[in-house]
Amino acid sequence: MKTLTGAQMMCEALIAEGVDVMFGYPGGAIMPFYHALPEYPQLRHILVRHEQAAGHAAEGYARTSGKVGVCVATSGPGATNLVTAIADAMMDSIPIVAITGQVVTSLIGKDGFQETDVTGITQPITKHNYLVTDVRDLPRVFKEAFHIARTGRPGPVLIDVAKDTQNARGVFEYPATVDLPGYKPNYDGNRRQIKEAANLLNQAKKPLIMAGHGILLGHASTELREFAEKTGIPVITTLLGISCIPEDHPLSLGMPGMHGWVHVNRAIQECDVLFTIGARFDDRVTGKLDSFARNAKIIHVDIDPAEVGKNVVTAVPIVGDAKRVLEHLTEIANPNDHSEWVNHIREVQATRSKRQRDPESAMFTPHHVYAEFTRILQGEFRVCTDVGQHQMWAAQLIEYMKPHTHITSGGLGTMGFALPAAMGVQVACPNEEVWAIAGDGGFQMNLQELATVVQESLPLKICIINNGYLGMVRQWQELFHERRYSATPMWSPDFIKLADAYGIPGVRVERAEDVAEAIHQARATNGPFLIEFVVEREVNVYPMVAPGASISDMFEDPSEVEIEDVVAVK
Amino acid sequence: MKHTLVALLRDQPGVLNRSVSLFRRRGFNIESLTVGHTETAGISRMTLVIDGDTTSVEQVIKQLYKLIDVLKVSDVTQDPNVTRDLLLVKVYAPPAKRSELMQLADIFGAKIVDVVPDAMMIELSGSPEQLDRFVDLIRPFGIREMVRTGCVAMTRGASTISGPYQSQEFRAA
Ligand SMILES: Cc1ncc(C[n+]2csc(CCOP(=O)(O)OP(=O)(O)O)c2C)c(N)n1
Ligand SMILES: [Mg+2]
Repeated sequence: MKTLTGAQMMCEALIAEGVDVMFGYPGGAIMPFYHALPEYPQLRHILVRHEQAAGHAAEGYARTSGKVGVCVATSGPGATNLVTAIADAMMDSIPIVAITGQVVTSLIGKDGFQETDVTGITQPITKHNYLVTDVRDLPRVFKEAFHIARTGRPGPVLIDVAKDTQNARGVFEYPATVDLPGYKPNYDGNRRQIKEAANLLNQAKKPLIMAGHGILLGHASTELREFAEKTGIPVITTLLGISCIPEDHPLSLGMPGMHGWVHVNRAIQECDVLFTIGARFDDRVTGKLDSFARNAKIIHVDIDPAEVGKNVVTAVPIVGDAKRVLEHLTEIANPNDHSEWVNHIREVQATRSKRQRDPESAMFTPHHVYAEFTRILQGEFRVCTDVGQHQMWAAQLIEYMKPHTHITSGGLGTMGFALPAAMGVQVACPNEEVWAIAGDGGFQMNLQELATVVQESLPLKICIINNGYLGMVRQWQELFHERRYSATPMWSPDFIKLADAYGIPGVRVERAEDVAEAIHQARATNGPFLIEFVVEREVNVYPMVAPGASISDMFEDPSEVEIEDVVAVK
Repeated sequence: MKHTLVALLRDQPGVLNRSVSLFRRRGFNIESLTVGHTETAGISRMTLVIDGDTTSVEQVIKQLYKLIDVLKVSDVTQDPNVTRDLLLVKVYAPPAKRSELMQLADIFGAKIVDVVPDAMMIELSGSPEQLDRFVDLIRPFGIREMVRTGCVAMTRGASTISGPYQSQEFRAA
């Protein structure tokens, strides 16, 4: 019988799983795999400049395509460089498979050169992981890994393969099914519970839907819309839920939470039934827990039973897949109209939640940039943001119209995410306009990837919001730490010259009137383009709920409140 | 209130480590934990005692179910069950105290498993409360060394916990 090396089996398994691209970086312990790779031209390999970027790119790919993203690294430092991206994928439920080389079996446990206990390190940040030291296990392990990564609540799975296992030979037979008696995700919500949820919603006077990442992960945007339209219930979208409903939809209200809108947080506090689906009541959403949604009965739909009842008391828990539960619910819920309630929220919105900055203001702020984005791009784009002030503004101010067009690091809040993630997005959507938006700080955490962008001819549009500060931290220092700007002012290189060194054209924009021109120029460029927006240095993101405070206590101007009164825990 | 949980695990590398690391990471307070073989090859059984006042039992069960190699978790606290802990204790026992100690051991159904001129080792299995009472009684004699295994538990009656592997509401996702 024909035998293959372990490395060849790994490639065959990837093909069997429908993988066509991976992001990686070679090294000693993964060399047999890289040796086999050229024999499989259908597997595209993108060489990054740092393994963290391979992980984020795999995430970006998965976050847009809905397919499993794959990243590859060598043992020891290669694997530890993946750790941040794996943790990021774990927090945001992103299906990726990380493949790492491990030292030869005889050296495992002996502190061999570049040996790291990778399965140990990644245990709390993977959905599951494997160390493979027997070539006969490879097909089963790959089958299980992809199955676990993409089903149920998706998440990262790591496969650590000893170098001698990659070299060993065996018969390759890829299993058709998995045998995991302890892993059986529940997709169909309990019918009685769904009925009860429908009853509650039918009777509700001021119902509210809080839609999270689960809608996007479960490809349930259409179902969500149909449900909202039939019942007339308005929808709020968490940071990771953004783009699951077109933001110009009459029932779409915007984002809740720490930097959510006043009218949205007010709606949470006033609603009588809060129907939460695919969201996990993160503290950035709820603020002080015991005053969150205090007038509401909560219905919670989630694919992960452990999320239900974890943070808030739930009147109706439903464990199931967003799409199936919504389909069923839409079928049995009564058609309804809640325009009075929606109008009430819209009135608050009109007075308290301004998407635009005061046009009189002479300052050049990200508001101008994002307003032009929305105006010029008309929803035809995919945006990857980094972490910080520019991220919150991009969530608040840009209008997203189609699913999976807003990609950001939510749960982990990983600076350095935008550029590599955008590479993965661009690879998944080669013919679409993809923008990476980063702060001056976060951009410098993974700027080495400009080289990958060029080598792979990715036509990414890169946008740096340069405020000369680690802005979000500076904002907290201003508000909660006596304006002591400790380690937040940040010098940066000439970003345009830097881009030029990579052969990437770019412009610097310092005035609001030049924003549109720069965006047009970027779009007209066939290939990557970089814009540096040099914005007002000390502008804060508002509205805001102070950390640990109730979402009832939002402020839009620090002079509105005594900070000490609203800060519970920092 | 104390809760006794029984879990069935597939014997895969790291499964115990995963469980214990989960308890640490989530800040669960585990009072005792034992693991051993079962009637089925390849499946181990873990017994956990948790203080339900400081740790959410529901979260422990649900989080355990998220581990791929955890097959079943049951809270047996409310079911009629047999719970046993095993004690080995070395007591200071000069000849003058020996008979008194032996009498106490006898009342509790404990065994003397080793005797040397001024010490004695006693073995006792029973419910944790029984063991507590016994230890309290012999403490005045001077305990030199003591170890308890932690609880194992089994429900009474003919049914077993390994029946159908997962209950609907706690399935892993
Ligand atoms: C890897 C990492 N390190 C530190 C932080 C803490 N942090 C959150 S926002 C922020 C400032 C980001 O500055 P910049 O990238 O310039 O964006 P801005 O807030 O100015 O828009 C920092 C340091 C983080 N989120 N991630
Ligand atoms: Mg900045």
